[in-house]
Amino acid sequence: MLEEGSIFNALLVERLNYFIYVVLLLIGLWAMIAKNNLIKKLIGMSIFQTAIILFYVSIGVKEGATIPIYLPEHDPHGSSVLADSNSSETILAMPQALDASLVPNYTNPLPHVLMLTAIVVGVATLGLALSICLRIYRAYGTVEEDELLIKLEEEDNRNSGLSRKRRPRRRNPRPSNQTKQGSSSDSKISDKPKRRRSPKSQNPKSTSGRSPTKPSSKDTQSGSKKPVRRKRTNQPKEGNS
Amino acid sequence: MKRLALILVLLIGLLLAWAAQDFPRWGDPKSPASSSSVSSHFIANTGVDTEVPNMVTAVLADYRGFDTMLETVVVFIAGIAVFSILKGGPKQRTRDREFVVGFEPDLIVTNTVRLIVPVIQIFALYVLAHGHVSPGGGFQGGVAMGASFILVALAWDLKTALLRFSIDRCFMVAALGIVIYAGIGFLSMFLGGEFLDYAHLATVLPVSQEMARYHAMLGVEVGVGFTVTAIIFALYASLSSDGRMRDGL
Amino acid sequence: MSLEILNTLILSLLVVVAVLSLWVRDLVVSAVIFAVYSFLMCLLWAEMGAVDVAFTEATVGAGASTVVLIATVFNIKRKAKD
Repeated sequence: MLEEGSIFNALLVERLNYFIYVVLLLIGLWAMIAKNNLIKKLIGMSIFQTAIILFYVSIGVKEGATIPIYLPEHDPHGSSVLADSNSSETILAMPQALDASLVPNYTNPLPHVLMLTAIVVGVATLGLALSICLRIYRAYGTVEEDELLIKLEEEDNRNSGLSRKRRPRRRNPRPSNQTKQGSSSDSKISDKPKRRRSPKSQNPKSTSGRSPTKPSSKDTQSGSKKPVRRKRTNQPKEGNS
Repeated sequence: MKRLALILVLLIGLLLAWAAQDFPRWGDPKSPASSSSVSSHFIANTGVDTEVPNMVTAVLADYRGFDTMLETVVVFIAGIAVFSILKGGPKQRTRDREFVVGFEPDLIVTNTVRLIVPVIQIFALYVLAHGHVSPGGGFQGGVAMGASFILVALAWDLKTALLRFSIDRCFMVAALGIVIYAGIGFLSMFLGGEFLDYAHLATVLPVSQEMARYHAMLGVEVGVGFTVTAIIFALYASLSSDGRMRDGL
Repeated sequence: MSLEILNTLILSLLVVVAVLSLWVRDLVVSAVIFAVYSFLMCLLWAEMGAVDVAFTEATVGAGASTVVLIATVFNIKRKAKD
């Protein structure tokens, strides 16, 4: 299985580093998806970020190269002292461009620069994400994902019922005019009594509110007594005046 | 759902691993990343252009200075955002911490910290200033300096640290860092060059063009150091006290 | 040759520490193990020759990131459910 040229050899022997970087990426990615606790998800995100930075820095490595700081003999400050043993004066050499043959002696500095930025931005992102976690804890009391989902669903259910209750209530109840004509807000307001009261005979007709029952509302209004006092916005008194 | 996630992640992993066999051998000097013309230019010409021995600092602060400025702005925005997220919002219900930290500052810890914090700060300033010649620079020095304030907050309590470095002053210092950075850029622009073209500062400073870039890099790193110091401490102060700034860890 | 052995050793430790950091239940312990992960990364980069990145990761990753994580965990429940 480990013969030369096979995929396992190419992966596990020669390029073991890249394989382990892939494993680290997978650990981070899986933690972000599958973990329940929000803080664990953030730790997974950080593992993911540092694994990517590791991969990026490692592609700039050269064998047998030194760190990307000039060695003293190539030092641009001209510290190469050209003096013969007798004289005490030092001739400072002008800095010159490095010879192309000497370039492979230094590690590639470009990935280092980009990843410096990435590390600092990573910690800024982590701080921001943790502050959002704290706000979630303040609002819901938990940072576990399944409990959060249950609480969010409950809140959604409450809110969808709440949207009808939020209509402004009138303080003085107008005497029972069920006029649906003219005011489109009627239909919205009339929803409220539909929820408050048990379905009475009048409610379907009155609270359906839209045009089909409009002509009929007049009939019912004069005929039947209105136990339901509806609070209306400005409406002219119905028909009889 | 979690099983599906696991299968998906493993599939992605297999795909990545299969693609990984096309990579060049690790450490190959002839790989495309290592022999590109951009990085060779940087390695060869850093000494001539800027007289800075540390190539990473030169590329970070001079050749790619625009990136660094915007990264500083990103750090600043993150600090402000954390502060405003935790300070705003609905009123905190007073709630006991689940894990109560001891109230009395410990004798040994406080006296050790009292001795160590000045040393840390001097070391942070050294790292910042020496970033041209050795590994270091603005970010590292800034974080070390911010960490010294966090150490004060850990040894005593957050109030003691906030007495020395209050949150308003934090944000002012952070903004000052960005103003320094952008100010050097604008100064170069007013002197006739492009934005962040440090060579034109040689007209006001009595140094050569290369040394002008050297010194401007130091100024820029100081700006970065200010911002990072202030924001690291502000991050800790906001997060450990849940926005209240009263009691910390 | 010894450098490769060191490399492989640190990499395998890295995988173990990453899995462990996600496995433990206590969040403070998880944050501390994450600091160990950061330090191992710093070692790896120093060995690869990326000294600036190693310095930054040592301060930012193992320093600021860990402190910020623990400071947050002290404000919420310490025990995770999984």
